[in-house]
Amino acid sequence: MAGKPKPRVKAPKTASKGEVVNIKTLISHKMETGLRKNKKTGEKIPRNIINKFVAKFDGEEVFSVDIDPAISANPYFQFSMKAEKSGEFEFAWISDNGDTYSKKSKLTVK
Amino acid sequence: MKGSFKLGLLVTIAAGSTIMMGVANSQDSLPAGVTSIKVATPYKGSPLDEIISGWHFRASETQSLQQDDFDNPGYLWVDKGESLWNTVDGEAGKSCASCHNEAAKSMKGVGAEMPKWDAKLKRPLTMEQRINSCRTNNMKAKAWKWEADQMLSMTAFVRNQSRGMPVNVQVDGPMKAWAEKGKEVYYTRVGQLDMSCANCHEANYGKHIRADHLSQGQSNGFPTYRLKWQKLGSLHRRFKGCMKNIRAVPYKRGSDEFVAMEIYLAHRGKGLQVETPAVRN
Repeated sequence: MAGKPKPRVKAPKTASKGEVVNIKTLISHKMETGLRKNKKTGEKIPRNIINKFVAKFDGEEVFSVDIDPAISANPYFQFSMKAEKSGEFEFAWISDNGDTYSKKSKLTVK
Repeated sequence: MKGSFKLGLLVTIAAGSTIMMGVANSQDSLPAGVTSIKVATPYKGSPLDEIISGWHFRASETQSLQQDDFDNPGYLWVDKGESLWNTVDGEAGKSCASCHNEAAKSMKGVGAEMPKWDAKLKRPLTMEQRINSCRTNNMKAKAWKWEADQMLSMTAFVRNQSRGMPVNVQVDGPMKAWAEKGKEVYYTRVGQLDMSCANCHEANYGKHIRADHLSQGQSNGFPTYRLKWQKLGSLHRRFKGCMKNIRAVPYKRGSDEFVAMEIYLAHRGKGLQVETPAVRN
């Protein structure tokens, strides 16, 4: 999928204390493996993948993944977390070319 | 084809999601939280006793993938269509939004009535043809190819604005001849297997043809994300796939035969909700 990578997150806004919440994340990214060649010139297309995904809650890491070229385009991650206190999620996708895509989402625990 | 299949498996592994590569096994059970029934009442003269969306013929995992707008991979294209809508292109320096403003208002219901008669050209235009006519005449931009990423994104985005609205394509007046031509294509046996669309999708829907679970072949969910394709695809691409399966030489995308078929097929599914972007296997 061409175009600028766009991160998307689906996380609940509110939860009751002790509840297990489900967080879904997706980034539209072509995940160029570095193994393909430009059909016309024969040159290798440089690798450009999201190599790390980190989810933090109030600054504390709750979920992270090191990603390799075998992961296909538009990586989707889903994880769950026990909600103990209110806070803010920070999601970051780090790509090979140095770009970081980030997204935030607030969670209020009642 | 082989490469994309591999990619599909990787998606499943990487995501740990519930995408199943298997075939449908629970056509009638609705997944939890799904209440929409996705059937339509047959109109007078309908060749079908019941009009059922292809959604019902898919596995529950595929069904729930469509029902959740976040999980539905078709929305990657819808999102891209939205950004294209606002992107200026062509010598006239216009974007779609320059004339049509907000798609949520101006395009609501448009997708449910396509293909539509064009008075100037004196022929019906599909969504793809209508978009390209706008691009070349009004925007002075290059036409998109039928199966290009941009075209799929834009058709999905525009049709998505009509999601949930009943399909209602015109088949009288000037469209009558086209609908009849489409009907002829639908019922004509072609190819080495000597089959017509009706042999599978009218006489035998709900049954299996080898591993395939035959649906009614309704068009209300197109452009559709097919797990087999690992991407969004146009209705005419699906037509071609079907024709290849019966060992026939497919018509071309955008050919008069396929446009006529699209009109007739939309009429067969009259009243079904637009589901774009649907997820099928």
